[in-house]
Amino acid sequence: MNRTSAPVDAPAPGVWEELVTAALLGTERRTPPGGAAGREAPVALLDAAAVETVRRRAGLRPARAAVRPEPAPEDARAALPAAAARRLALLLADRGGTAGGRRGTAPDLTELLPQWLAAANARGFAAPAHLLPALLDAARGRTDLRPAALAFAGLRAVWLARLNPDWRFALRATPGGGAALPRLEDEEQTRRLWQEGLFAERVALLSALRDRDPAAARELLVTTWQTERAEDRLMFLDSLRTGLGPQDEPFLEQALADRSRNVRATAAELLSALPDSALAARMAVRAGACVSVDRTHAVPTITVQAPRECDASMERDGVVAKAPAGRGERSWWFGQLVEATPLATWSGRLGGRSPGEIVALPVADDWQGELHAAWCRAAVRQRDPDWARALLGAPSAPEAGGPGAVSLAERAKLLGTLDAAERADWVAGFIAAHGLSEAFQLLGVCAVPWAAPLGRSVVDALDIARDAGSYPWSFSGVMGLAERCLDPAEAIHLDGLQAVPDESEHASPGAGGYWAEAFQRLVTTLRLRAAMAEELEG
Amino acid sequence: MTQQGARWSAEQVLALAPDAASRKAGSKLGAAGPWSEAGSSGEGTVWGLCKGSGSKPYQTVVDIADAAGPAYKCSCPSRKFPCKHALGLLLLWAGEDGAVGAGAPPDWAEQWIEGRRQRAQEKRSAGPSGSSSAAGDPEAARRRAERRAERVTAGATELEQRLADLLRGGLASAEQAGYGLWEETAARMVDAQAPGLASRVRELGSLPASGPGWPVRLLEECALLHLLDQGWLGRERLPEGLAATVRSRIGLPGSADGPPLRDRWLVLAQYDTADARLTTRRIWLHGADSNRTALLLSYGAAGRSPELALPVGLTLDAELSAYPGAGQLRAALGEQFAPPAPTAQRPPGMTTTQAAARYGTALRDDPWLDSVPVTLDRVIPAPDGTSWQLADADEDTALPLTHTAAARPGLWRLVALSGGAPVKVFGECGHRGFTPLTAWPEDSGEPVRLC
Repeated sequence: MNRTSAPVDAPAPGVWEELVTAALLGTERRTPPGGAAGREAPVALLDAAAVETVRRRAGLRPARAAVRPEPAPEDARAALPAAAARRLALLLADRGGTAGGRRGTAPDLTELLPQWLAAANARGFAAPAHLLPALLDAARGRTDLRPAALAFAGLRAVWLARLNPDWRFALRATPGGGAALPRLEDEEQTRRLWQEGLFAERVALLSALRDRDPAAARELLVTTWQTERAEDRLMFLDSLRTGLGPQDEPFLEQALADRSRNVRATAAELLSALPDSALAARMAVRAGACVSVDRTHAVPTITVQAPRECDASMERDGVVAKAPAGRGERSWWFGQLVEATPLATWSGRLGGRSPGEIVALPVADDWQGELHAAWCRAAVRQRDPDWARALLGAPSAPEAGGPGAVSLAERAKLLGTLDAAERADWVAGFIAAHGLSEAFQLLGVCAVPWAAPLGRSVVDALDIARDAGSYPWSFSGVMGLAERCLDPAEAIHLDGLQAVPDESEHASPGAGGYWAEAFQRLVTTLRLRAAMAEELEG
Repeated sequence: MTQQGARWSAEQVLALAPDAASRKAGSKLGAAGPWSEAGSSGEGTVWGLCKGSGSKPYQTVVDIADAAGPAYKCSCPSRKFPCKHALGLLLLWAGEDGAVGAGAPPDWAEQWIEGRRQRAQEKRSAGPSGSSSAAGDPEAARRRAERRAERVTAGATELEQRLADLLRGGLASAEQAGYGLWEETAARMVDAQAPGLASRVRELGSLPASGPGWPVRLLEECALLHLLDQGWLGRERLPEGLAATVRSRIGLPGSADGPPLRDRWLVLAQYDTADARLTTRRIWLHGADSNRTALLLSYGAAGRSPELALPVGLTLDAELSAYPGAGQLRAALGEQFAPPAPTAQRPPGMTTTQAAARYGTALRDDPWLDSVPVTLDRVIPAPDGTSWQLADADEDTALPLTHTAAARPGLWRLVALSGGAPVKVFGECGHRGFTPLTAWPEDSGEPVRLC
């Protein structure tokens, strides 16, 4: 606020300043102005200062207004229902987490924030303005939350982030926020940003354009390809993964001759994902020469003749000549050839058999592991559900649970090529046959909320594990997943599991109580998720 | 009266929490999981059994109908008040998802409620006679008051001497003398039974280290302390209202013996300040009919939350009695006629110019006043260099925020709520600037707490 310049009955301007000076130096050194008769100098100074202090305070006037900020853009989205807004406030308040402490039966609210945000975004609600600071703070601390949190926070959060440096990340993350992307229709501006922009801006521009118009993005990249640095070429090439199509082949074929080995390898990988490309055909010829069916055995058997050398043309097609330590070079080259070969060629090559029949054939001389692993990589790369199904095999097969030709990590990737229902069924069958100890990775690729058969098989398996007498924290990973992913409608099937069972002889001491607690937390969390979903329905 | 009333919102419940840890713990218990046999009665009682770490569940019961704010009882050993179980139960009840059904209270809850109601009844009937008997022998009380007045007079005289010495030697020397000098003087004022003087002296000690411009602030505060000393020493010559203000500023106990004023009191803000010894809770109320603003103070020992808790945005139909002293807004909560209920009521507002004038006028009655409560209408938070101000939407004037207010997270809630558009803001306006406490969006919507 402003001090009044000169109240009507002010003794004289500058009196206050003189009083302050006298007070600072002391009345022994400086005689204060005025000075009533009969008062000691310090007391007279205090008298005068008291009058001046109250006068100055009473005379306060408002200051001149500074430049007001531009109003934030209107949020056209529907307002959040009141109950949902209160829920969000609770979820955001819990941000600290309960690190270290035992969780008891209380749900972990932090873990529910991502799905709350996804649900709110799916329904197109606007964020309540007064919760934006808490939302931005949460997104600042957790990068995994940022995309959903910022989408929900909307344009007002960007407006807010311009006023607070703590939230600058929101400007970077939002197109049109900090470094605005030009409108992609504007060719001139796009070209200028591509030529003059910073690396991050250029990557953002290229991927945005690739999303809209794959050919235009590739053409833009071609204009400067020759002058880019090797690391940058690699990043740019990587952004062609989205919208990859046969039209990209000539450019990629050209990139096979690149100076950088990493660029060459990426180009070859992209080409091999195009089954009709010339590279894929070349690889098919090479791999085909190595694999054949030997009919002289009683049972038809696959025999493998690994390549004897890695010639220049193979290297040009992306085959890495030097094997990693501990691997034979011939099997290393062979794996790469099979991986890059279109899976469709195998049926013709191996007597018209289906993928299932091919996978079932015995393989001579211990080559099965190498061959099947390469087919797995090819099925994932080419997103081929038929081959994936054949390689996964039946979920109840004994080797599915242990170390077989196909590892759990590979199975998880293969499952990714199947549709959600089939994936859930397969994992449900797997858990029914093998229990939960190996299931965590597979559960991670299943769609949320879990389909009913999958959910039930997880709950059954947890029940079995409890009866077997182990402690629940051996299954804390699966429990945590179940809290987040189980369909809330399943809560009714869990009622019987919340009670503390009688301790049996073979059970670990106290385990029953801990299990009851874990199931109570599961049920509480499911109820909470059901309530959250209902609140968002309004 | 039936007191089921409207259910509170989760925010209103969480406002009762004594600290952030309780708020967090309580909100975790605000789901059906650990609870069993939870219910609420038409008379405003909520109860439930909460499964804890032990074998026996905790019995938690809350009486939300009571006049003096909600009352809690829980069989858990926590010394927090209310404990996390009481908060969780209220959250569950506020959650509206049918987790707390209506019903008749179980025996253990009934007993407690009965006991409470009975005690309240006795207190009410014993009220008038009780207070007069508490005064005891009037002659002895008069002698006690006289003795205390003598000690305060001795303290004020000594303080005058110290202030004079300080000004004779110069404030610059105070910078070197440091904190110890003031701590010792403050202790002398505590001995003199003048706690108001003691806390002002302690404040002086922190000023030399308060950054640029400290000599001005130190002189101001020394002068106002001198004014208070002089007011006490010459209290016989002061008008009655001002003399009462001086007594209350010195820290002498007063009693809220103003005539009770019944109104629909809107809770404008509630916030706590704490020092090593004491937590002080301030609750600002605004009367819809009387258009008066009043302050309720309640205290808790260090680390404990004061008992009285009134969630922002509720109104209570109640009587308030003012404490003595000209320009004093402090009041005591008397009888409550209904439990606090949600409302769309808002306080009327004013411009920044009127707010500044309001503070100036208030200094006539109480020159020691640091700020006055005001509601600003149609103001826009605007950045001003390193700080912020509240600018009138329709005039070229603005009130700067105090440095503390500009550094608090509440500022960002205010800025977000406004989004560059006008909002209504309640806060404290004084010589240090404006401290926003509560804000309302322009057209409709619930109040947002900023403190």
